[in-house]
Amino acid sequence: MIDNKLVIRNILKDLDKYKPRRNGWTWREHIPNQKLNNFTYQETSKNLKNSVPLPAAKYFNNIDPQPQEVITTEIASGRFEDDIRRMRMAAWHGADHIMVIRTAGQSHFDGLIEGTPAGVGGVPITRKQVRAQRKALDMFEDEVGRPINYHSYVSGVAGPEIAVMFVEEGVNGAHQDPQYNVLYRNINMVRSFVDAAESKKIMAYAKMLQIDGAHNANATAMQAEKVMPELMVQHAINSIFSVKAGMDKNLIALSSVPPIASPAPDLKINLPYAVALRDFFSEYKIRAQMNTKYMESSTREATVTHVMNLMISRLTSADIQSTITPDEGRNVPWHMYNIEACDTAKQALNAMDGLKDLVSIRNDGYMKEMVRELKERSILFFEELLEVGGYFEAVEKGFFIDSGLYPERNSDGIIRKINGGIGANSIYERDKDYFAPVTAHFGYNNVEQYDKAAVRNPASLINGSTFEDRSKIQYIDELDPNDNVDTRLREKDEYRNSSKIKPEVEWLADGFVVVDITLPTSIRKAEIAAIEIGKKMNLEDVEVIHKEILHPLEASRIQIKGKVSFDIDLNNLVIPEELHSISDEEIRDFVKKNPFKIVAATVGEDEHSVGLREIIDIKHGGIEKYGIMCEYLGTSVSVAKLVDAAIEINADAILMSTIISHDEIHYKNMKKIHEYAVEKGVRDKLIIIAGGTQVTPEIAVSQGVDAGFGRGTKGSHVATFLVNKKKEMMNNEN
Amino acid sequence: MIRKDDFEKRRQHLKSLSDEELKNYFWELAEKTVNPLIDMAKKYTSPSIERSVLLRMGFSSMEAKVIVDKTLDNNLIGKGAGHVVYRYSKLANLTIREAGLLLMEDKGWDEVIKSFEVRK
Repeated sequence: MIDNKLVIRNILKDLDKYKPRRNGWTWREHIPNQKLNNFTYQETSKNLKNSVPLPAAKYFNNIDPQPQEVITTEIASGRFEDDIRRMRMAAWHGADHIMVIRTAGQSHFDGLIEGTPAGVGGVPITRKQVRAQRKALDMFEDEVGRPINYHSYVSGVAGPEIAVMFVEEGVNGAHQDPQYNVLYRNINMVRSFVDAAESKKIMAYAKMLQIDGAHNANATAMQAEKVMPELMVQHAINSIFSVKAGMDKNLIALSSVPPIASPAPDLKINLPYAVALRDFFSEYKIRAQMNTKYMESSTREATVTHVMNLMISRLTSADIQSTITPDEGRNVPWHMYNIEACDTAKQALNAMDGLKDLVSIRNDGYMKEMVRELKERSILFFEELLEVGGYFEAVEKGFFIDSGLYPERNSDGIIRKINGGIGANSIYERDKDYFAPVTAHFGYNNVEQYDKAAVRNPASLINGSTFEDRSKIQYIDELDPNDNVDTRLREKDEYRNSSKIKPEVEWLADGFVVVDITLPTSIRKAEIAAIEIGKKMNLEDVEVIHKEILHPLEASRIQIKGKVSFDIDLNNLVIPEELHSISDEEIRDFVKKNPFKIVAATVGEDEHSVGLREIIDIKHGGIEKYGIMCEYLGTSVSVAKLVDAAIEINADAILMSTIISHDEIHYKNMKKIHEYAVEKGVRDKLIIIAGGTQVTPEIAVSQGVDAGFGRGTKGSHVATFLVNKKKEMMNNEN
Repeated sequence: MIRKDDFEKRRQHLKSLSDEELKNYFWELAEKTVNPLIDMAKKYTSPSIERSVLLRMGFSSMEAKVIVDKTLDNNLIGKGAGHVVYRYSKLANLTIREAGLLLMEDKGWDEVIKSFEVRK
C-alpha cells in the first residue's frame, strides 16, 4: 500500500551521494496472448503493480492493460520540483518514458548549466535537476513495478558535455541530431556535426536510446506534407551518421510524425508515408510522435488528431509511442493534460489490440503508387544533394524545409552558411599527437605515444575516467543564492505537505482554475463578456484560453482561466461518508431469499424520468438487475397515489424522483409523502427513498424520508441502501 | 531556385528498379552523404568536446571551461585540453586534478608549451 505523498525535500536530501541504478534504455516486456478479465490481448506488456486504470475499467474488473509500446510523456513546466509530482501521476497512468524539455535558450549556452534555476517553457537541464528527477523516478518505478526511461536533449553548443553528464547521471535516452542544431537553432553546421559524433559515441557507450530531430520539419514547414521526401533524407543522414559514430541500430529511433491532420484527408497522406518510411528504415526503431502542426486551442480536436495518429502506429508499427498533451496549442502543458494524453494513448492502443490480425494495408493501387513515389522522390533529393557537393553545400543552397514537394522547389527553404551561425569557426584540427585519456572518445586519439597497451582503454592512463569511477564526478549544488529550488520551495511552504490546499494546473498552489462558459452572443462579444464574468467570480489574471463558435449569432463557447485567491483547509471540511455498495452477489442473494418489491414515480408536476429510469432499468445497471420487482407508475404522479399503490401491491419501498427544485418543491414533496404514509399507518413498514439531481441527502432525511440520493447515484447505491435498511427492519422485528 | 515538379522526367532511371534495389540505392546515397562528415569529425575537435573530456577526467563544468579557454589562448587545442592536463601532471608529478587546478591559476603553461614545442 502506497500512502505517502511525495516530500520533495527528501528527494533533494543527500543528492550529492545519489548513484543512479543503471544506464541504458529499457523496452517493455511484451506478453503475447495475455489473458485479462477473459479477454486475450496480442499487443500488451507486463501489468503494473500500481496504476490508475481507464475510467471504464470498472466494468471489466479494473483491468489496466499496458500496451507493448513504450509510452512517452513530455514534462517540463519550468519548475522541475513540481514536475516530479507530475511524473508520479504520469507513471501511474502508464508512461514509462519521461521526457524533459529544456528551457528556452539552453541550446545556445556554451557549457553545462548548474544549480536549479527556474526555466521558461522548459527546465534548465543541470546535473542537480537530472539527479533529483532520476532519483524520484527510481522511486516511482518501484511503485509501478516497471522501469522508467528518463530522457532529455543532447544538442546545442554543449552536446558532448551534456552527453557525458547524462551518462554519469543515468539518463536513458536523448534527442541527438546535428541537423536540428543547424536548421532550427542556427548553430554552425560544421561544429554541429563534429560535436555530434562525440555525443553519439558517448551515448552509445551507455546504451542510451537516441531520437532524431526530423519531426521538427513537419512543425516548421509551411505545408507539412510537402517535406515528406526530405524527411526520409534527414532521418537517413542522422541514422547512418550515428551508426558510423558507434551506435547500435536498435537504439536509434526515428522521430516520425504523421505530417497532416483532418480536415485534410489524414490517412490518405499519412499512411503511405508511414509505410514508405518503415520500408526504408526497417532496421531502425520508430518513435511515433503525434502531430503538433495543426494544433489549436481545442483539446477535443487535438485528441481526435492524436487518436488518428495512434491508428497509424498500430496499422504500421511503433516502438515508442509519444504523446502530445492536447493543451499544447494553448499553454505549456498542465498536469491533467499530460494524464489525458497518456490515457488517450492507452485507451486507443488497447482498443486497437491485434488490429493487424483484423485488417491489412493494401499493397496495390493507390497505396503502392504513393509509397513508391515518396521513396523515389527522397532518392532524387539525395542525388541532387550529392550533385551540388554534399550536405553542407545543400544546406547553403536552401535544400531543406522548402515548401515544394521535392523535386518541386519554391525557393523558401532554410539557408545556413558553412561559416555562419553560433559557434562558427570553432573547430580545430587535431595534431598528430592529439590525445584524450578518456572512455568513449570519438575519432583520432594518439594513445600509443604514451602506452601502446592503453589504446583500447585510454582511461587506464588516468586510472579510470568518471565512467569507470563515479567518485571522480564533481557535483555542484547551487550557484545562484536566489534563483534555486530552496527559494521556490520556501515560497510555497504553507501548502507543502500541509492541510491547506489550493487549485493548481502546473505548480503547487498556482491557484489556476478553468471556467467553461457558453454565452448567447457572437464570439468577439462573448470573449469580452467571459473575461468580465471571470472578474465577477473574483478570479485574478483572467485570460481566454479557448473559444469556439457554436453559431455565429446564437452562441459562443469560451474557456477562461484565472487564479483564485483563497485556499481551503482540509481540517475544516465536514466530509460526508461516501456512498458505497455491497457486492452485487450479496444483494442478489438477499433479494432471492427475501423477494423485494418497490413502486417508483416522479412526483408532483415533474416530467423528468431519465434519472429514475437509470436507477431502475436493468439496461442501465439499475436495481432490476438484482431481481427487485419494480412497479413504475410514470411521471407527475401525486404523492397520495404513490403511497396508495405501495399499499395495494404490498411494496417494501417507494422510490420517488424529484428533479424540479424551485421553491424547494422537491423537499416539500418529501415531507408530504412521509406525512401521508404516517396518516395511512404504513410508514413503519415502508422504506421511502427520494432522489434527484438537486437532492442533498442530509436535507432529504430531515424531511422525513429514509434516504436521499443526489447526482451521481447508481442503482447499486440504492440497492445497497434498500438491502441494509430491510435487514435492519427485519432485525428490529425479531 | 524555383522549379516546377519534374518528378516524372527525373525518375526515369529509378522506374525499373525493384523495391529492394531502390532501398539499397537509398542507403548507398545516404552513406555517400555522411562519409565526408564522419571523416571530418574524426580529424577535428571543439571546445565542447574538450570540455567533455575534462569532465570525464574529473573536473567540474566550471573548471573544464576555464582550462579549455586557457588551452585555446595558449594555442594548444590541437593537442587536446585533456592532453595538456595529462602532460602537466606527468611533467610536474601531480595528480590529474592537482595539475588541472594549477593550470587554471595560470601555472605550468610554459612547461607544457615547451614540452609540446608549440609556438605561443
